[in-house]
Amino acid sequence: MTGLPERTEKKLGLVIDLDTCVGCHACVTACKGWNDQGYGAPLSDQNPYGADPSGTFLNRVHSYAVQPTDTAAQIINFPRSCLHCEDAPCVTVCPTGASYKRAEDGIVLVNEAACIGCGLCAWACPYGARELDQAAGVMKKCTLCVDRIYNEALPEADREPACVRTCPTGARHFGDFADPESKVSRLTAEREGFALMPEMGTRPVNRYLPPRKKDRPEEASLLAPLLDIKATGLAGWLDRVLGKI
Amino acid sequence: MGQPKVETSPKVSDEVRKTTCYMCACRCGINVHLTSGKVTYIEGNRDHPVNKGVLCAKGASGIMQVTAPSRLRAPLRRVGPRGSGAFEEISWDEALATAVAWLKPLREEAPEKLAFFTGRDQSQSFTGWWAQQFGTPNYAAHGGFCSVNMAAAGTYTIGGAFWEFGQPDWAHTKLFVLFGVAEDHDSNPIKIGIGKLKARGAKVVGVNPVRTGYNAVADEWVGITPGTDGLLILSLIHCLLEAGKIDLDYLARWTNAPLLVNAAEGPEKGLILKNAESQPFVIDKRTGMPAPWDGAGVQPDLGAVWQGHRTVFQHMAERYLSADYAPEAVADRCGVPAGRIRALAAELARVAFDEAFELPVAWTDFRGDRHESMTGRPVSFHAMRGISAHSNGFQTARALHLLQILLGTVEVPGGYRLKPPYPKPVEAHPTPHFVAAPGKPLSGPHLGYVRGPENLAIKEDGTPWRIDKGFTWENPFSAHGLMHMVIPNAHAGDPYKVDTLFLYMANMSWNSSMNSARVMEMLTDKDASGEYVIPRIIYSDAYASEMVAYADLILPDTTYLERYDCISLLDRPISEPDAAGDAIRWPVVEADRDVRGFQSVLLDLGVRLGLPGITNPDGTAKFKDYADYMVNHIRRPGVGPLIGFRGVDGQAEGRGDPNPDQLARYIENGGFYQAHVPDGAAYMKPWNMAYQEWAVATSFYETPQPYLFSIWSEPMRKFQLAAEGHGFLQPPDHLRARLKVAMDPLPVWYPPFGEAAAEGYPVHAITQRPMAMYHSWGSQNAWLRQIHGKNYLYLPTKIWEAEGFAEGDYARVTSPTGEIVVPVAHMAALNPDTVWTWNAIGKRRGAWALDAGAPEANQGFLLNHLISELLPGEGRVSNSDPVTGQAAWFDLRVRVERVGPQERAEPAFEVLPRVVPKGRARV
Repeated sequence: MTGLPERTEKKLGLVIDLDTCVGCHACVTACKGWNDQGYGAPLSDQNPYGADPSGTFLNRVHSYAVQPTDTAAQIINFPRSCLHCEDAPCVTVCPTGASYKRAEDGIVLVNEAACIGCGLCAWACPYGARELDQAAGVMKKCTLCVDRIYNEALPEADREPACVRTCPTGARHFGDFADPESKVSRLTAEREGFALMPEMGTRPVNRYLPPRKKDRPEEASLLAPLLDIKATGLAGWLDRVLGKI
Repeated sequence: MGQPKVETSPKVSDEVRKTTCYMCACRCGINVHLTSGKVTYIEGNRDHPVNKGVLCAKGASGIMQVTAPSRLRAPLRRVGPRGSGAFEEISWDEALATAVAWLKPLREEAPEKLAFFTGRDQSQSFTGWWAQQFGTPNYAAHGGFCSVNMAAAGTYTIGGAFWEFGQPDWAHTKLFVLFGVAEDHDSNPIKIGIGKLKARGAKVVGVNPVRTGYNAVADEWVGITPGTDGLLILSLIHCLLEAGKIDLDYLARWTNAPLLVNAAEGPEKGLILKNAESQPFVIDKRTGMPAPWDGAGVQPDLGAVWQGHRTVFQHMAERYLSADYAPEAVADRCGVPAGRIRALAAELARVAFDEAFELPVAWTDFRGDRHESMTGRPVSFHAMRGISAHSNGFQTARALHLLQILLGTVEVPGGYRLKPPYPKPVEAHPTPHFVAAPGKPLSGPHLGYVRGPENLAIKEDGTPWRIDKGFTWENPFSAHGLMHMVIPNAHAGDPYKVDTLFLYMANMSWNSSMNSARVMEMLTDKDASGEYVIPRIIYSDAYASEMVAYADLILPDTTYLERYDCISLLDRPISEPDAAGDAIRWPVVEADRDVRGFQSVLLDLGVRLGLPGITNPDGTAKFKDYADYMVNHIRRPGVGPLIGFRGVDGQAEGRGDPNPDQLARYIENGGFYQAHVPDGAAYMKPWNMAYQEWAVATSFYETPQPYLFSIWSEPMRKFQLAAEGHGFLQPPDHLRARLKVAMDPLPVWYPPFGEAAAEGYPVHAITQRPMAMYHSWGSQNAWLRQIHGKNYLYLPTKIWEAEGFAEGDYARVTSPTGEIVVPVAHMAALNPDTVWTWNAIGKRRGAWALDAGAPEANQGFLLNHLISELLPGEGRVSNSDPVTGQAAWFDLRVRVERVGPQERAEPAFEVLPRVVPKGRARV
């Protein structure tokens, strides 16, 4: 069993805007590309050109159908990655101490040197956010791009997770939830950002912004005809329209 | 317990090289990270005008494209029967000598016997110019089967198109309405724009049968029935006219609404009335007298009647005020309740007029009138293939432009803004050139904009000049050609036989053809003498696509990171509304195979063939390679492929002498160049003299080209007149009736062709590409195929329940001309009479270096087998828009029956023998 820090100085995490995510998967492959050459073992692919290709991804996008009772059916695109929980069950379940939550910023990481690939953490995570790399035999998960966000070799603007940097719609935001003035805190407050499955007691750091209400056309007063065109004919309409100039 | 120490500042790479993505048609800027000479990471270039740092799923997977096992490795010559996949590797010298041996006699005797068509070509100003030097009239790229209706309808109406040639004023628009686009063109710019609107809570309305992608985030979704968008739009117009919610000032000043339509019976009826100087004129409200359309201070009268001739405005109002266009009359057909149509019209009017605003930007128009501000109307539109890939797509796209015009929201703040070199009127485009003569180049570019029947590519005997029958009575405005008809026509010898078919990056034996299985037969068919009906096929591609097996000679291309390329203002630039832009690609890594950039190969072939423009008088090469051409080719005095860093000192923009350091300067600048539109010229561009003068200085045209938007299209009316029997040039009788309807000078809606034959096939079937593969030549990509490795036919709840479908089922899908058996899935967010699937996920077994058991090749499928390239009935009339020849992919109608679980999709084709080894591990 591994301990969690009592508190972390910062609470770094993501805000993901479900009202804006178009489901393009840009974050999926940007994450794959960065982390394939970044922290820890590469993200391997098995049978990449075969009948049953599979590989390690730290971030995946799922699309769900929603059928409201009174409006048209909807599709919600839902990116899924580690939520960097404050009460992370993946950490406390780890028999070797490989899974841990950083005291300084709250990022949940796997120390691959200590990981024995037992998979208990993946079982413990209610969000399915961890994947065991089949080639390296170690557990992989979102690192919040710990090797980008502080990286002095990168221009300052690029010190954010690869998924955030690449997101074409700007649906992903990175920041410190411990700072109430941060963009992620403000967005969460303004848009009623929610934690995923709070009933699991994991206290996720990441927040999702809910889709705005859809398909409820404002009760705009419909356009009133200028006059009874049938009665007046085109000439009457022209007089009325052009009289407005 | 101590935490492990994490290296938080690792070195990212040895070097970053900035070039241009080619994973689709967006052409984003990318930073390619190299470590020990290998590509290790690709990200978006923050300084780049197209993507501003972001990158899509394809772009970020480019690294898998450069190492794909499907890359061709060396030139190949066919040694077995065509389609058998039996090839031998040959040297480039042999390959080029073979091509020259085939092509040289053609050029000397009958250049039209070469049909040269390029697919996802991003160098059309070059490939077209090469074909012009060769002298064949048979050249086009893939626009004919993509979205030429968009390009042509926009050009003929507002002098610029949707596509990527303009964009909403993202900074100011408050209501954005998207027609027929859920996932695709153009990719990152639309996503960036929607993101901006969402960030500030602006409203997005999606009109689309399928609610995925951009429609999934739309605040309102209008799940329209395919092929009826034009009717919906005209109904919106009806509502706006009925309520008088139109921008009269805008119509009077900037459109041809106040011009007079000739009412006299005879050959000029319906043409715009001209004065003695052959100029159109208006009636000046101040005097009630005729006045020049472009005269200073003139106040054009929209309501004028002069000597019995009425204004365009009156013709338009009369048509759309008709009860035929009332929401109640169109609701059932469109699958949209009348109340919904009225509410949308009200919302458009409210935002356009009640939320209008003024930008304090002073400007002077082409009449010389000065304005102290610009009126903003924050409603904008975008549309693409969903509305245009129908046989009524041209008129539908024109209807959408008319809607924008009536709201006064084109080229104004908050509205739709064109990107340089657009706006550009039809008059500033070339007409088509097509007269082939032995040993001679063509007299001008192949593709152009037809003004009237006199520009058609028809010989004196009435037969077409072009193998695709472009620019004929069947499709007079086929500004992008009809690539989808080249193989069927060449096979049928209609209008004539060709000798060599030369294709580039075009998967014509698979997902880029209608009726793919039949096309494969056409490619392998032999005549009585045992010769192939299409005698020779040369193909260039970087990858082992399905088309490779059907060629006789393969010229292997490089991947996009191994090549020079030129994204030019001469064809399809990367401009923004505020700046003209162009870009290059350069070899950020060297190819490790015996492959060559296709454009350099074309130049080499050109020298071997002695083509003018490419060869010096002494027979030597004018250009060393494509990079040399990009710098030193002169299209017009001072104008070359790239506008940036011209002149010997590299200071000139737009016009200037070649600069030997130009490419180095582009590379230093991140691979692109931008020429910024001056202050005060950013909006109202067609009429804004500050813009017009800048456009001339920057080389888009030689003199200012102000023009009026064409609500009434005179070129169209000229064709209608011909169909009515006027004039010397007459259409064949079997096309008269459809020309009269399709060439209506005012936007019109008619049912998609083939409706009668589709009785008994009640369901619409359409496709789209997923965002992660949109326009991509890389669906074999190791990462992307894990996202979309298999496609389903998505069925709406109505069909799912009526047929008793269950998870895991397959369906038999039957059209009037074909049948497939495919896996299905349920989707509620879908028009109830429509089924759809992801296009081009299905692959042929053995292609693309994939395992024969790959899901793409077993469960994956194409709808193409259901779509005939010809319309039902007599003769060979293509299944295309009658105005432009755009492939009418989305007119497809089917019947869907449950067949229960199956092992694999049908039809199944034999495994293609491999031209490259099967891919195994990632490289």
